Amino acid sequence: MYSARDWREYPRRYRLEAGKCKKCGKIEFPTRLVCSKCGAREFETEMLPDTGKVLTYTVIRTAPSQFTDIAPYAIAIAELTNGVKLTAQLVDCDVDKIKVGDEVRIEFRRVQTDAHSGILSYGYKFVPKWY
Amino acid sequence: MRDVAVVGVGMTKFGEIWDSSLRDLYVEAALGAIENSGVDHIDSMIIGCMSGGLFVGQEHLGSMLADYLGIKHLPASRVESACASGGLAFRHALIEVASGMSDIVMAGGVEKMNDISGDGATFALATAADQEYEVFHGATFPGLYALMAVAHMEKYGTTRDMLAAVAVKNHDNGALNPNAQYPFKITMDTVKSSVMIADPLRILDCSPITDGAAAVILTTVDIAKKLGKPYVKITGSGHATDTIALHSRDDMTTIKATTVAADKALKMAGKTIKDVNFAEVHDCFTIAELVVMESLGLYAPGKAGEAVLNGETALNGKFPINTSGGLKSKGHPVGATGVAQIVEIFKQLTGVAENGRQLKSNPKVGLAQNMGGSGGSSLVHILEVA
Repeated sequence: MYSARDWREYPRRYRLEAGKCKKCGKIEFPTRLVCSKCGAREFETEMLPDTGKVLTYTVIRTAPSQFTDIAPYAIAIAELTNGVKLTAQLVDCDVDKIKVGDEVRIEFRRVQTDAHSGILSYGYKFVPKWY
Repeated sequence: MRDVAVVGVGMTKFGEIWDSSLRDLYVEAALGAIENSGVDHIDSMIIGCMSGGLFVGQEHLGSMLADYLGIKHLPASRVESACASGGLAFRHALIEVASGMSDIVMAGGVEKMNDISGDGATFALATAADQEYEVFHGATFPGLYALMAVAHMEKYGTTRDMLAAVAVKNHDNGALNPNAQYPFKITMDTVKSSVMIADPLRILDCSPITDGAAAVILTTVDIAKKLGKPYVKITGSGHATDTIALHSRDDMTTIKATTVAADKALKMAGKTIKDVNFAEVHDCFTIAELVVMESLGLYAPGKAGEAVLNGETALNGKFPINTSGGLKSKGHPVGATGVAQIVEIFKQLTGVAENGRQLKSNPKVGLAQNMGGSGGSSLVHILEVA
């Protein structure tokens, strides 16, 4: 991990900034230069909502080296209330009791520690909504 | 466009091939294909390799492999589409011959995956997913296919037994393939009690880390006839991409890139999926084989698992799938896989598959389906008896 690669993502990872197409209203996360729905090229910044529900999930038992200290951990794809879908860890819950349809909230957490660079990378994780 | 044929095939043993380097593996497969075809030269070479750079620190493979094959100044290119690199190499060789730019072209694929640690291999393979929005959060490749599996189970009631049946069937076939990495049978219980990797996928739901290479020779049907050896015609080729991130797709229980590529390939061949007799598909994980069967239109969504349990896709079943043993048993040297699928289709269509694995149904039309990442790219080819 190089520091530029990490800080370039701060708007998405720290502030959940998405891009809303000025022409068709499609919300892109991360924002892009070209709208994937209508091809327009102008976006306005919009913050993602912080709640959604689990569409699918898994529990990673064999983890990459940056994550071995937290394995086993759950990964989920959740659909937020505005329809945007994203992948993140689902934490603060019993990984064996997760179900499709569970309601989740987004929280700001430390995501990984890159052993080579020593960079602590932060970003979003899902937690159960009732937590 | 000119009509194009495959006139010869070669491949190495797949497995942990400690005595051979990437270049040794490739040259062994390439020489095998040249000898098998009877051609006295090749005009050009396209190589599929996912990540020589991360697996063995070697790029610039076109030059290195032409050099070690001993052909001075040969035009040679390396193409990449993650685990679909081999299928992509085959398509570009086809385009080169069909267009008239070259008469005899080798399509090869190679990957040397055991020279780095398991963690290094996991990292290299994960570069096929979205680094910032999937891998950053701790997703792995078994993890991404597990997300598809859970979604498929939730939507269609797909069961643990259906997944296991794919692995058992592919090992039954691979046990008859002398080039397979794991040429032995396994049982449902062995699969279901193997170590959990990413729920619900266990280690025996996953294809292995493999060293290996495969190569095939393409030429015009006119030249193929003059060579006087068995050949097969390439009648359809389709290629499509999709979003790199799984979560960006409308439906995570299907591989749309495969559906689009298959439609293109079948249309080009003037056929429907019902005209195809057997297939090699990209079973990187057991769930992938089920999803691909449905994405190809062989089975309705949610119906593939039952068909595998019933033995419909077994060797000499109604529609045999992965007679080679598939990625699961034969092994999955990622860049070589798409070309190795063509090797198996060629053998089945020319009647030379080894060890009693030759289909008794006298197949006329075979399909090869290769894909990259979690379905971000896919290639489908249709081959027919001459």
